[in-house]
Amino acid sequence: MRIDSIEKLDKWRKECRRTFEAPKRKVIVCLGEGCLANGSEEVFNEFKKLVAEKKIPDVTVESVAKTGCHGFCALGPLVIIEPDGTFYTKVSKGDVAKIVDKTLIGHEIIDKLLYTDAKTAEKVANYEKIPFYARQQRISLRHCGTIDPHKITDYIAVGGYAALGKALTTMTPQQVIDEITKSGLRGRGGAGFPTGKKWATCAKAPADVHYVICNGDEGDPGAFSDRTTMGSDPHSVLEGMIICAYAVGSHQGYIYVREEYPLAVVTLQKAIDEAKQHGLLGEHILGTELSFDIKISRGGGAFVCGESSALMRSVAGEVGEPRAKYIRSVIKGLHDQPTVLNNVETYATVPAIVERGADWFAGIGTKKSTGTKVFSLAGKIKNTGLVEVPMGITLREIIFDIGGGVPDGRKFKAVQTGGPSGGCLPEGKIDLPVDFDSLTEAGSMMGSGGMVIMDDRTCMVEVARYFLSFLVSESCGKCVPCREGLYQLRELCAKVCDGEATEEDLALMERLAKTIKVGSLCGLGQSGPNPFLSTLLYFRDEYLAHIRDKKCPGGVCRKLITYAITDACTGCMACISVCPVHAITGERKKKHVLDKNICDRCGSCYAVCKFDAIEIS
Amino acid sequence: MVQMTINGKVVKAPDGEMLLTVIRRQGIDVPALCDHAAVEPCGSCRMCLVEITREDWNGWKKYVTSCLYPSENGLIVSTHTPELQEIRRNIMDLYLARCPGSELVQKMAEEYGLTRTSYKTIPEGDNCIMCYACTRICEVLGRNAISAVHRGHAKVISGPFDDPPPDCIGCLSCANICPTDVIEWHDQDGTRAIWGRTFDLISCRQCGKGIITRDFAEYLKEKRQIPADYFEICDDCKRVELARKMGGLVDLAKEVAS
Ligand SMILES: Cc1cc2nc3c(=O)[nH]c(=O)nc-3n(C[C@H](O)[C@H](O)[C@H](O)COP(=O)(O)O)c2cc1C
Ligand code: SF4
Ligand code: SF4
Ligand code: SF4
Ligand code: FES
Ligand code: FES
Repeated sequence: MRIDSIEKLDKWRKECRRTFEAPKRKVIVCLGEGCLANGSEEVFNEFKKLVAEKKIPDVTVESVAKTGCHGFCALGPLVIIEPDGTFYTKVSKGDVAKIVDKTLIGHEIIDKLLYTDAKTAEKVANYEKIPFYARQQRISLRHCGTIDPHKITDYIAVGGYAALGKALTTMTPQQVIDEITKSGLRGRGGAGFPTGKKWATCAKAPADVHYVICNGDEGDPGAFSDRTTMGSDPHSVLEGMIICAYAVGSHQGYIYVREEYPLAVVTLQKAIDEAKQHGLLGEHILGTELSFDIKISRGGGAFVCGESSALMRSVAGEVGEPRAKYIRSVIKGLHDQPTVLNNVETYATVPAIVERGADWFAGIGTKKSTGTKVFSLAGKIKNTGLVEVPMGITLREIIFDIGGGVPDGRKFKAVQTGGPSGGCLPEGKIDLPVDFDSLTEAGSMMGSGGMVIMDDRTCMVEVARYFLSFLVSESCGKCVPCREGLYQLRELCAKVCDGEATEEDLALMERLAKTIKVGSLCGLGQSGPNPFLSTLLYFRDEYLAHIRDKKCPGGVCRKLITYAITDACTGCMACISVCPVHAITGERKKKHVLDKNICDRCGSCYAVCKFDAIEIS
Repeated sequence: MVQMTINGKVVKAPDGEMLLTVIRRQGIDVPALCDHAAVEPCGSCRMCLVEITREDWNGWKKYVTSCLYPSENGLIVSTHTPELQEIRRNIMDLYLARCPGSELVQKMAEEYGLTRTSYKTIPEGDNCIMCYACTRICEVLGRNAISAVHRGHAKVISGPFDDPPPDCIGCLSCANICPTDVIEWHDQDGTRAIWGRTFDLISCRQCGKGIITRDFAEYLKEKRQIPADYFEICDDCKRVELARKMGGLVDLAKEVAS
């Protein structure tokens, strides 16, 4: 069916809503990428099978629905029973029969499958009461986990393409741009450039052809928010891009998807096909003058391909290497034509702004960083996952209230924000409001919204070395400061870790970092020294401890630590069997002995000891 | 024409002309390792960085590579501030670690008082300074046979997939433009070896010396409409023949001159 007018869209929406809301009770199984990997498809099929067999009055086969990611993948496969909001975690195929009998038929809650609150250790039955969700405000992720990403009818049912209809029939392109400008929306892909300003410049650039590109490269290894959005709510991204195309006058768009995201490609392609079938994409969208098509472009498989000039070369079929340019891509981008490049999250936010108005969006967050931002919580944190919070919320709220804090009774030490070339912030900055400018001022950045939490068993020099290694291997190698400079900076960091560096080396590192920052051609090199500079800024003591005292306060750097067994040892023999160099001896139930001279300092014993009897000094 | 200020002096230049060209015309020596008149600028060495600002930037300034930055009205350019010299010195220090054997690098580093690198010399380093002159000249030629392959620190100039380049015609343009002479080639027994490939040479009908590879001659014939017999005699023999023909005249000229 071709939807060629607003009236038809409204009519269609009513039908879709009827089907979507028909089942009184719903069994929602998460089939996002994380849960899929944990076997949620089997769970889904088992539900379908058993529900069909049991003939429950208020639960039919149609009641068993699948959705994309809920952001809490570590607990997957997730199952939610609506309308009660009963939230089951780590559901296996074997659990399904029990859920059907007890919960679906017997209206009973199965405690064992509930989420345990990280702070209070209590079971929480309803998912809206889980702090992880309760504190979030979802705009970009608004439909993730509520609709089936493979059904355009689900998207229409929850209000999809209404913003496009509104823009096309009640607003001029300039009014759309003004609305986005007024909302204060800033790019979610890294630099936080004002989106409205970007669109306005592109719209004004004189040329016959304008392009609209979506950056779904998501090169930051810790982040997975764009993958989630593309895979769980693809139409929001398309709708945002179509609105942009209307605003800047474009007929062709591209979504550049990271090589490693084949499932997202499938989902997006399906969405594009369905949107086209219904006249929401392609010629004469919604029966108007607007014609716009979207193609998927597969990424070049490198971090640097996410950089705008490299990305545009890659889309054009060239090598994905940054180009030195002083003419901005909004004026001369893909095929030298004016091009808008925005991040996945940026586009996914656009329909919400158009629909609910700039003032609503600008009222959320802070004055200069409006709206919400998605973060991927990872590392030493109880609730790993994807969260969307208003800008300006403090790091403490994200890490401790939503994330549940640091596990295993350890202490929080630092959080790395902004991806590999972001920076590390210490405990002293825990009350920092999270917005573009505060993070930059503090020596880190918003970047892609990655957040890696570190506990007190972390060595900050080693962290810098680790991230520099990533950047060394991802540098495209075109320009000298980045190619040679980051390599040398990494080598010097390793020298510090080995306890072989001098204070002159540290001074050299600081000089080098400045040269790389100023001298590099693209953003990768220009932000490359950040892991070093930010750890040095907040943890200089730790660098000096390695250099002057030949000590690693975090107890990580192998050449600077020794392991020993304390009186807490119960003689369980666990460490004896894991030590690869046989440095530990002892009898059952008697305190073991660790020979420092044989010990290879690999930490295996430390990891395996249940009684905290291995001491690092 | 636009008007700019370079190191305090008011300068006029054609709109859009790259800053490096304008600066050099002023007799100011800005170092550059990847710039070459025959090819488009690429911005890889970063030695030509200059500082720019404008009246209305309220003291804000930025560093740009002058080989790539077009002239525009009102620019205020500084080419040798202490910060710039420090950056250039650091870059040469990095080059010295990567290409310790390159005379070009040694000479330029010395200008910044560097005789040995402050960094770790790179074991797998060679004298290629990654200036891309070779790949760019090959592109100008229309062959695009070689490019930079691999990433980051492992990047090298080579054929596609680091194999011998199938599109190479053995013209030697790359070897001739290379500022550090690292592209190996040799002619032997009527063949030329370069980039892991071997080409047949057309030999001079008179002296027998190899003139040009058959592939290159055919390429020129096709692309530039150069007659095939043009390459039958080498330049030296052509000159000798010309001299012989004009021999009488030359002798006469010598007599007049003395
Ligand atoms: C090395 C490098 C990698 C980048 N990777 C990404 C990426 O994976 N995704 C992204 O959206 N932006 C990435 N960016 C930022 C883009 O260049 C660009 O600023 C962004 O896509 C613009 O969209 P926005 O205004 O919506 O943020 C990267 C930048 C650099 C320098
Ligand atoms: S800064 Fe690094 S990634 Fe960017 S062009 Fe230079 S070498 Fe390539
Ligand atoms: S010799 Fe081969 S690689 Fe070199 S410029 Fe000629 S065609 Fe290109
Ligand atoms: S081989 Fe020579 S011309 Fe080519 S990049 Fe290396 S130094 Fe430059
Ligand atoms: S995939 Fe199920 S919660 Fe993320
Ligand atoms: S000459 Fe400008 S970057 Fe090399």
